[in-house]
Amino acid sequence: MSLFDWFANRRKASPISQERQERDIADGLWTKCEQCGVLAYTRDLRANQQVCPECGHHHRIFSEERIYQLIDADSWQPLDRQIMPQDPLRFRDRKTYHDRLRDTQTKTHLSDAVQTGLGQLSGEPVALGVMDFRFMGGSMGSVVGEKLTRLIERGTADRLPVVIVCASGGARMQEGMLSLMQMAKISAALERHRAARLLYVPVLSHPTTGGVTASFAMLGDIILAEPSATIGFAGRRVVEQTLREKLPEDFQTAEFLLHHGFVDQIVPRTQLKSILAQLIRLHRPVTSLKPVQSAADDAVEPLRARQALRPSLFVPQDSSSA
Amino acid sequence: MATTERKPILLDFEKPLAELEARISQIRELAEVNSVDVSDQIHQLESRAQQLRQEIFTSLSPAQRIQVARHPRRPSTLDYIQAISEEWIELHGDRRSGKDDPAMVGGIARFEGRPVVMLGHQKGRDTKDNVTRNFGMAAPGGYRKAMRLMEHADRFGMPIFTFIDTPGAWPGMEAEQMGQGEAIAYNLREMFRLEVPILCTVIGEGGSGGALGVGVGDHLMMFEHSVYYVASPEACAAILWKDAARANQAAEALKITAWDLKQVGILDQLLPEPIGGAHADPLMAAETLQQALSQNLARLLQMSGDQRRDRRYEKFRQIGEFTEQTEAHI
Repeated sequence: MSLFDWFANRRKASPISQERQERDIADGLWTKCEQCGVLAYTRDLRANQQVCPECGHHHRIFSEERIYQLIDADSWQPLDRQIMPQDPLRFRDRKTYHDRLRDTQTKTHLSDAVQTGLGQLSGEPVALGVMDFRFMGGSMGSVVGEKLTRLIERGTADRLPVVIVCASGGARMQEGMLSLMQMAKISAALERHRAARLLYVPVLSHPTTGGVTASFAMLGDIILAEPSATIGFAGRRVVEQTLREKLPEDFQTAEFLLHHGFVDQIVPRTQLKSILAQLIRLHRPVTSLKPVQSAADDAVEPLRARQALRPSLFVPQDSSSA
Repeated sequence: MATTERKPILLDFEKPLAELEARISQIRELAEVNSVDVSDQIHQLESRAQQLRQEIFTSLSPAQRIQVARHPRRPSTLDYIQAISEEWIELHGDRRSGKDDPAMVGGIARFEGRPVVMLGHQKGRDTKDNVTRNFGMAAPGGYRKAMRLMEHADRFGMPIFTFIDTPGAWPGMEAEQMGQGEAIAYNLREMFRLEVPILCTVIGEGGSGGALGVGVGDHLMMFEHSVYYVASPEACAAILWKDAARANQAAEALKITAWDLKQVGILDQLLPEPIGGAHADPLMAAETLQQALSQNLARLLQMSGDQRRDRRYEKFRQIGEFTEQTEAHI
């Protein structure tokens, strides 16, 4: 037995601390990072927007927490909460779709897999849609299609930027072709929003796949993604089966898409709100030809002052000082 | 068109029919050898065979319909294009990816005197061709080629005919790197922008997003034995039932036939097929297609570009089933 093994075994065999850990996790006082295993105070983790302070792992979050993180306090105005799913095909797999919907609604207190509304994002009015993976894997059926279409139409009518946080396995099979057609319906609404020269920014969180990727997730003027999020069209297993070989580890990650030029930036969740606000401000129409005083601190100060603020400006990077 | 001398490829539910037909030719041979007149009996048997064929093909289950839709002899996009147009010049490439995708074909044709852009998925006519054509599974470059041709059509005021026949978009490593999702998404949005008439026809298999990627138009038609689905029954069974062998059950549940899609307001027009399927009489199928395209094109040409765009938007806008309750119930 090597010294290393001895340490490893010792750690495994320390019953007291493990029992206590488990109890604290069960109490919800502590949360164990599924990536690095480090324990964090649940309250601290929440304050850090569910990003592990140790390794930067982004824990999965759901719609209400996302809205809370992005929208200024007391400015959220939900839209179309009255739209409820139906079972047009009387679909039944191992369970009826009707029962599946009812059970999921009870469990999640959501009507379907997306929440939409209007609100202020750092003072900027925005039309926001947030998909919710808890609701049948965030799958897109008629309700998701209708709510997002209405949101985008509202954005076009009120000249608002649209932000959609994606989290979805794709089209909802239980509504058959009606689900597939939502891809076209939402894209049509985005075409009008675009023709009106308005900004649309999808944020791709884990996971964004299938029919969502092949429609509104990829139609942003600017596309942001969360670190390590799975993003792709075909499922990884399907690709593996067709190719009959193992795929590289980073296949269909946010980083893979950035590398191939399909997302503009990978934005850690803790910076998402400020980056979105910055983008929205940068796309605000400039009405005067005179330099405008922007909300951003360094927008119009003279170059000299700017250099003082950013010492790295025009200075050759010295690698040894890093 | 497929030559008629080739040995027919039988689907399993056609077996009773094949047996009957074998018996007819057997009797005919025997009668010839023994010089007996059996024309009455043969006539009787033949009309029974005809009846049986009709019975079989009017009561196909969704799973059986998929078999017809995927029939190796089923007329393909290029077959129909060549049959219905007076001239045809195929164009290649998306000008971006550095290669041409043989699973998506397109070009300019003359249809009833008018230049039209025609395009669609192309399955192979035999095994070797199928490998080249990647079984009609287009790569991102295929969707971008289709878009390039549609832009061309819009610039020159040519109507667009698209033909849908694919198991789905190609799920490969390279396809993901090249942005399969983006390529399809882009087409979905831009097809709503084009002013020229767009007529879409599912001629065989309408496989999910890969089909929809050239499927946004003013008028959607489907051949009677075609299918159009959100996910292939095989994939659906594997995911929802965790058992790929339940594909027949999934085919039933997914509502994939032309009749099903008519009912939910997705399909505009069903095109009848010759008894025994389009492959039994490809010319007749082509004639049906030509007439339907001709009539609908004439109708759409009477509208302005803006009118067509608005109608197209409304057509897709109303698809979906949900209820709206009053706030108090939530």
